This record gives sequence, structure tokens and C-alpha cells, in this order.
Amino acid sequence: MESIIKAINLKKSYGDFTAVDNINFEVRKGEIFGFLGPNGAGKTTTINMLIGMANITSGKIIYNNENVTLNIKKVQNMIGVVADESNLYAEMNGFDNLCFCGSLYGMKKAYREKRAKELLRIFQLSEFKNRKFQAYSKGMKRKLTIAAALIHKPEILFLDEPTTGIDVASVRQIRDLIKKLNKSGTTIFLTTHYIEEAERLCDRIAFIKKGKIIKLDTVSNLSASVEKDNVVEIVFETNFDNIVLLKNLQYKFHKVVIEIKDNKIIKIISKEKINIVPFINFLANENLHIIEAKLIKPSLEDAFISMTGIDLGLMKKEKERR
Amino acid sequence: MKSFIAYWNILLKDMKNYYLKPPNISWGIIFPFAWMLMMFVKTKSAFNIMDVFPGIVAMSILFGTTSMLAVTITFERKSRSFERLLLAPISIELLVFAKISGAILFGIFNSLIPVLISVFYFKVVVENYLALCLGIIFLSFVATLLGLYISVAAKEVFEAQTYSNFFRFPMIFLCGLFIPISSIPLIIRPLSYILPITYGVDILRFSIGESHILAFGFNLLLLLFFCSFLFFLSITNIKRKWIV
Repeated sequence: MESIIKAINLKKSYGDFTAVDNINFEVRKGEIFGFLGPNGAGKTTTINMLIGMANITSGKIIYNNENVTLNIKKVQNMIGVVADESNLYAEMNGFDNLCFCGSLYGMKKAYREKRAKELLRIFQLSEFKNRKFQAYSKGMKRKLTIAAALIHKPEILFLDEPTTGIDVASVRQIRDLIKKLNKSGTTIFLTTHYIEEAERLCDRIAFIKKGKIIKLDTVSNLSASVEKDNVVEIVFETNFDNIVLLKNLQYKFHKVVIEIKDNKIIKIISKEKINIVPFINFLANENLHIIEAKLIKPSLEDAFISMTGIDLGLMKKEKERR
Repeated sequence: MKSFIAYWNILLKDMKNYYLKPPNISWGIIFPFAWMLMMFVKTKSAFNIMDVFPGIVAMSILFGTTSMLAVTITFERKSRSFERLLLAPISIELLVFAKISGAILFGIFNSLIPVLISVFYFKVVVENYLALCLGIIFLSFVATLLGLYISVAAKEVFEAQTYSNFFRFPMIFLCGLFIPISSIPLIIRPLSYILPITYGVDILRFSIGESHILAFGFNLLLLLFFCSFLFFLSITNIKRKWIV
């Protein structure tokens, strides 16, 4: 796939502190590229360098095979940026905010008004178009901010933490919109601290820590790269006597580790591949009614934790405190 | 054309959002009016409008422009909506010019009250209307650019207002607004000459036939130099501080 952005040995230092340390990556045309990392990892600094809001210390930025390191202004027409805060004009209504943003890209009045109406409809904000931005809910603010970044139909959309701090319904709507946008051909560069968001939306993800890219790959490759025990989970319809069952299971299948959860779920853990049939037969003989048996694959979360050594819960809390 | 659309809409947005709001319009009328009234009450019968006219016009412009820029620049920077402008595909020079255009117009509007009162009520005779217009325009430019320089340096609106006062109040005494520069002690007089408002006030004095220090054209040239210097200094500061 053709690359639309290339970062070559990109570095950003503030005095002695290196925020981004010689990173290399490319964003492919039409993909959703994710940046995942804790606070201070260098995600926003990287975005800022790519959009021209931060000067680079060294390295190269290439857009569509053209070196624009010293002149990002040249490509600002093809990018849309959604900052980590909704930064539209509080005193202006939704419609005027969108029209104003369109005018910054030189769009003529009739065209920008048409486009603003179209975006308000897509983002389900038409009925609030005359309401002042400051009176919008957090979710609505976020949606309008994304709409504003799309007013000039950019080829690439940068989304910095697009769903942080908003209600569940808006989160779902925004994620659906991101998918739709991507399907319509927009390349998306996304930073998030929600691992499930990255997993659900991104084609490829870069794990970033202390200004360095630890790993970059597709979601499935990242998950598969984790060395983890094989785990099978069996769920029962009713509760069972866990002590007796555990003893019987351990006696019969002594090569595997067996754990019981909530008197209703059995977890079978083994270094080797697990053949599930003997377990099912055994449990059926015990008159237990199985409703589900599944192989637990390593997740992106497992990959992230094993590669970065970062506690995800802590990372999430830190972000939400901001 | 695209750049013009962006320029025009930034100006229009600032006019609607800030300058044409009733409190600001009333500021533009009440503030210069209050200055005139204060002078009138203070000096009573000894009130000589020719002496105070340039000072009141200059002060109205200076206070109006610098106060407004603290809002339009510092506030937008703080709320991060200024980032939106920086991300637009227009040059920073044009963007900054669009942002200061509103303040320049506001400064000109502010000067109209003392000019109209002086001409129609106190019967001030303007000997050179071109000089008066150019003086007001250049004073508005240079005061706005001073305000811009301060606003770019400040992080908060109150900070910008405080910094502005460091410049504004000494200027009242140093720039020949009410005290002739010749009466200022020799030791601090050089300060008067490095402050651009001095040359704007000198043009206003010239326009009403009062004694002035430099030739009209030379004052204009100096103001042009100050405007360019402050503009590029502010642009450099924006690039250095805001695009870090």
C-alpha cells in the first residue's frame, strides 16, 4: 500500500529532554494508524510535528513522497486536526463555527454553508445548529470539533484522543463515524489510551514509550507476537461444587493447570495446545451442562503490557485525571 | 482569493465576537468621553483643548487597542482556538494581520469620539486633515502592534492587561501626550524617543497647527519602521513560543 506520511528519524528535544527520539514510521493511504502509549510518551509531540505545530529537532517528514519538513504549511490543506480538547469558538453557534472553519481553507460562502449543513446532518447535530458551542454537551462538542476538522474534506485526519471524557453513546457514534470516514477513503492517524478503541478501529498500531516506538504492526500480528500460555474457558449453565470438581479434574488432567471462577467457569491453562474433547466428555459425565467453551487468545492489551511493561489501568486513570 | 476569504472571515469573526459586542462599543465611546470630561473638570476654565487634544486621541487609541488584543489573542491562545488559525493553510503573517485588523479599526473608532467632540463642540481647527487621518491610522497600527507584542508574551488575559499597564502608563508621561517632551528631564528624555507613540502624537500636534518636534513625513517614516519592527518581532515570538 502506498504511504501518505513518512517520518524518518524524527526527533524532538527540549533542552536536555528528548520527547521524541529518532522514530521512524509510515502511515499508509487509506488506513487507520494508531499511536498507543502513556502520558508523556511523545504521542502529541509527534502529531504536533506532523501538523506543523512543533518544530522538529532533526529528521524528515514526507507527505505523498514530498519532503515537507521545513514547510508543513504546504500540506495543511490536505490535513484535518482534532486536538485533544474541543477548541471551537464558545460564543459562536455550531453552524457558524463550521462555516468559519471552512473559510480558513478559502471555501466560498455557498460551498462552506452547504458543507456545514451536510456535516451537521452526518454528525446528527442539525437540530442544534443554532445553539452556541458553549451550550453543547461534551459529546456534542467533540462531534462538532471532528466535523470542523472535516469541513475541507482532508485526505488525512489526525485525531488526538477523540473519545476521552465523553458519554458512552457519543463514544459509539464517534467510533462508527471514524470507521465510515475511513471507508470513504480518509486516512486516519489516531492516538488513544483506550486499548479496545485501538483494537477495534486501527489497522496498524505503534506502541510508543519514552519517545521511542517499541513495536509497530497490525493488531493481529501484535497480539499474536505475545508468548502466552494456551487458555480454554468453559462456561456452565448452573453453579457447581467447585472443591470436588477441582479435585476430580486435577486428578484426571494433571498436566494442565485448572482454575475455577465464580463456581460457573473453568479455566484450563497449559504450555501446550489443549485438546478440549476429553474435558468436555469428562464434564458431561459429571452431569454438568456446558453452554460455552472458548479458546482465549492473547489480546492487544496483553501485547501492550508485555512489550511496554506499562500498567494499563494506571495509564487510563492518569489520562482521565487530566 | 483563498487567502483573502480567510483574512476577511477572521476579521469578520473578531468583529462579531469581540469588537461589536455592546460592552466594547460602550467602552469605545465612554472611555474617550471620560478622558475628555476629566480634563474638562480638572482644568475648568483654564481648559485648553489644543493642549490636550493629541493626548486624549492617542490615549483612547492606545488603551482601546491594547485592551482588546489581550482578549482576542491571549484568550484565544488560552482556549486553544488560536491553534485552529495556525493550522489553516495561510501564512502566519496574514493570519496575524487579520487578527490585528479588528483592533486597528477599533482604535480608529475610539479616536472618533474625542475628534468629533473637539471639532464640533470645542471648535478645534484641524489645519491638515490628511495628517490627522494618517496620524490616527498610524497610531492605531503602532498601538495595536504594541498590544500584539504584549499579548503574545502573556499566557493569561490578566497577565496581558498587567503587562500592558507597564507600557501604557509610563507612555502617558513620556510620549508628550499631556506634558511636552521639552519639559521632561533630560535624563529620561531618550526614553520618549524610543517610544513610537511619541511620533504619532507629534503628527496629531502638527495636524492642528501646534508645535511639533519632527517633520510630518519623518514621523510617518519612523512610525512605519516601528510598525514593521513590532510586527516581525511578534511574528518571530509566535513562531518561537507557540510553535515550539
